[in-house]
Amino acid sequence: MAKTYSIEVDCANCANKMEQAAKETKGVKDASVNFMALKMHVEFEEGIKGHEELDVMKEVRKNCKKVEDDCEIYI
Amino acid sequence: MTKKQKKILYRIIATAVMLILLAIAEPFIEELEPEYQAVPYAKIISFVLYLIPYFVIGHDILRKAFKGIVHGQVMDENFLMAVATIGSMILGEYREAVAVMLFYQIGELFQNIAVGKSRKSIAALMDIRPDVANLVTKENGKETVTKVDPEEVAAGSILVVSPGERIPIDGTVTDGDSTVDTTALTGEAVPRSVHAGDEVISGTINLSGVIRIRTTKPFAESTVTKILELVENASSQKSRSENFITRFARVYTPAVCIMALLVAVIPPIVNMICGNPARFGEFVYRALTFLVISCPCAMVISIPLGFFAGIGGASKAGILVKGSNYLEALSKIGTVVFDKTGTLTKGVFEVTSIHKQRFSDQQILKFAAYAESYSTHPISRSIVNAYALEIDKKEISDVSEISGRGVSAVVSGNRVLAGNDKLMNDNGITPVMCHDGGTIVHIAVDGQYAGHIHISDIIKETSKDAISSLHNMGVRNTVMLTGDAYEVAENVADTLGIRDFRAELLPQDKVGIVESMLEGGTKRRHEVAFVGDGINDAPVLTRADVGIAMGALGSDAAIEAADVVIMDDDPIGIVKAVKIGKKCMRIAYENIYFAIGIKIIVLILSAFGLTNMWLAVFADVGVMILAVINAVRTLKPIK
Repeated sequence: MAKTYSIEVDCANCANKMEQAAKETKGVKDASVNFMALKMHVEFEEGIKGHEELDVMKEVRKNCKKVEDDCEIYI
Repeated sequence: MTKKQKKILYRIIATAVMLILLAIAEPFIEELEPEYQAVPYAKIISFVLYLIPYFVIGHDILRKAFKGIVHGQVMDENFLMAVATIGSMILGEYREAVAVMLFYQIGELFQNIAVGKSRKSIAALMDIRPDVANLVTKENGKETVTKVDPEEVAAGSILVVSPGERIPIDGTVTDGDSTVDTTALTGEAVPRSVHAGDEVISGTINLSGVIRIRTTKPFAESTVTKILELVENASSQKSRSENFITRFARVYTPAVCIMALLVAVIPPIVNMICGNPARFGEFVYRALTFLVISCPCAMVISIPLGFFAGIGGASKAGILVKGSNYLEALSKIGTVVFDKTGTLTKGVFEVTSIHKQRFSDQQILKFAAYAESYSTHPISRSIVNAYALEIDKKEISDVSEISGRGVSAVVSGNRVLAGNDKLMNDNGITPVMCHDGGTIVHIAVDGQYAGHIHISDIIKETSKDAISSLHNMGVRNTVMLTGDAYEVAENVADTLGIRDFRAELLPQDKVGIVESMLEGGTKRRHEVAFVGDGINDAPVLTRADVGIAMGALGSDAAIEAADVVIMDDDPIGIVKAVKIGKKCMRIAYENIYFAIGIKIIVLILSAFGLTNMWLAVFADVGVMILAVINAVRTLKPIK
């Protein structure tokens, strides 16, 4: 499963840091951030479905906030 | 400007005003100080006074830097700016500290505005999403039209589209005649006329008349949604240069910080060993200048921005590129493999010439058209179309189709045979063979050879130009693949100037041929592109380095399988796609060399104390702004 989320972030390097943070989150197989479109594309690990996605995304948001305080992910 | 941007602008103005006032006031503050005093009152007063603008302009950066430390993010630019400015405060350079913070914020604001602007202009290019659909509902025989969200419309519904409105969902026209503007999807400026029974595609604009359409798909599966999704997700596939700059940024900042530390520590120690004055303050200042230039944002922003704008600009021209890696691959294409039918040729048969032995051209055409008039075969249809006059069916009798040969019929009392050379030989007639390419229909009337009609797939007007432009742009090899006969293929290849062709292929052979060209793996310096119409060549499209689907408007399978989708069926689109790819790569490399080059120069100058922090901030901000402006050039249309 893969989903795209709207994000908010101010600088391009911060977007890269968010991408890295999202990739390292448990339950995320791969992630990519498009700074220009302000979108985060997340590919979940196999077997993650329904409400578990939400939990993973909450964790992703938490990790992203750690590396860039000023960011937001609209889950 | 957004609220956030305005707030920063006010802070910048306030700080600038305060800095000027303080600069004017400074001599007076110094006068306050009596000579030979134990406590430097004047220094303390100006320090406190400079703290006010420092916090006004830098409080958020200091806060972020602190939070970064808490979260273990010591290398982010907020931290670096905080260290650099606090450091210069300690060195007594109050004005410098505030100014550096000020310039940094101005730069950030500029970047924000520039990126926001280009984001908007790219979004405007893709502004093809329809907002409303006029749904027709029937109740008790009474029709009502309601405005609804396109997403709520089920397949099979009836919609009314007035002139000037965007067609919201793919469908078939049930009623009305109009013209539609497909510019937003195909880049094609000439409007297309539509009548009842024609398919219309979402995202196009209805121009002249009111039409009713029966939707064939839900909104989520309509062309417009597919295109938007594709372009929005395009940059998740990153090009090598984007990945390079991301990796570079990751090592650049720590490396510059380590160098800063070395600059701060080693020269003073060397000085001390040599017995000279250590000059600590001077070298710490140089080190702090390093920190100011260590922010990688200028490089990081300009590369993806260029690609994003390139993808946006391409979609404006009716070319969808699925990722910046494909723009990169397009720029390095060495071999282009074409499928013939539907790509270089129209895929429509037309009578190209008539070679007569007896009768006039028109008479031969008439005999053939009458004889073939009952057949639905594309070749028969093309003869009937070429004849163009009405066919009087009463004059035709005794029609029989001979499988694999042709037809035999009595037309106005004459026995007409129309078909291939086998049909002629079977009837003891010697056909005149012809060396022109294409399909040949021989005609015999009353047992005597009359002549033959040439029928061929028409070559698109722009195919030749497209091929020669590709050769001029450095494509070394062009190859045409076709299932047609050798002579037909040779003829087309010669006309178009294609360097190589393979004929009489089965569909599965095409994959093998493309694969053999792909051999050599990643060591190859040139990429192999395959161009097809996407109907039965999906496996080849997927296999090639760059799969280009043409005339794909409305074909989901092609949009799915290809890496680059050319919405209309003009082969010039391939040339445009390659040009856009080359332009994007050129700009990306310009930005990489420019940004890294300037930073290295400033680093070297700073190490020798030839710059100051002001210049460093200017270099940082200036490089970023120039790189962004350069990147946005990719938005400009390609001719």
